Amino acid sequence: MKKFMFVNRRPPYGSIYALESLEVVLITATFDQDVSLVFIDDGVYELVKGQNTKAIGIKNHSPTYRALDGYDVEKLYVERESMQARGLTEADLLVDVEVLSSAEVADLMAEQDVVLTF
Amino acid sequence: MLHIVNKSPAQTRSLESCLRLAKDGQALLLIEDGVYAATPGLAESSGLTQAAKRLKVYALQPDLEARGMSSKLVEGVVTIDYAGFVDLVAEHSTSQSWL
Repeated sequence: MKKFMFVNRRPPYGSIYALESLEVVLITATFDQDVSLVFIDDGVYELVKGQNTKAIGIKNHSPTYRALDGYDVEKLYVERESMQARGLTEADLLVDVEVLSSAEVADLMAEQDVVLTF
Repeated sequence: MLHIVNKSPAQTRSLESCLRLAKDGQALLLIEDGVYAATPGLAESSGLTQAAKRLKVYALQPDLEARGMSSKLVEGVVTIDYAGFVDLVAEHSTSQSWL
């Protein structure tokens, strides 16, 4: 088993990155790998609760983050600096996460076998 | 002149360039990821808060809703729907999309 970290740094709907990241996370988890997700920069916006995409005609993929534990993906991290810079708190997020400092995120990244950034 | 910005100020410098070249009294419409500029945190760092004092600033409501940011809009920004978007384009002789 290898340690895979997915680094999410784009907002949810302006590009395909956020959705593609989720797809690859699910595939990786299927192969019984040690998967973690970290949300930095605009990636924090992927986890904002209350997303309603009806009027823009794009699928709302945010509920998928709540289903990840069903795939044994339970390590979700948010960088505190990115969250605070966007005026957000943990109460604004739709799933339980562990909030880490930049230094702690850097340490986690350094432990990985594979790091994929979206 | 209607300026239209569709990128997050944390991703590209489109908004920064737009604000540098927009003249007082002109209109700015934030759409897609551009709407994040009108929410707390990024509104200050992107210069949007200051810009709202000299420009007419609008944000597209469907894009705010999609991103769960409807309740987080900063003061001085007017929300519009798609019909309002069309009206804005029709009202201004020129539109500039800062892609």
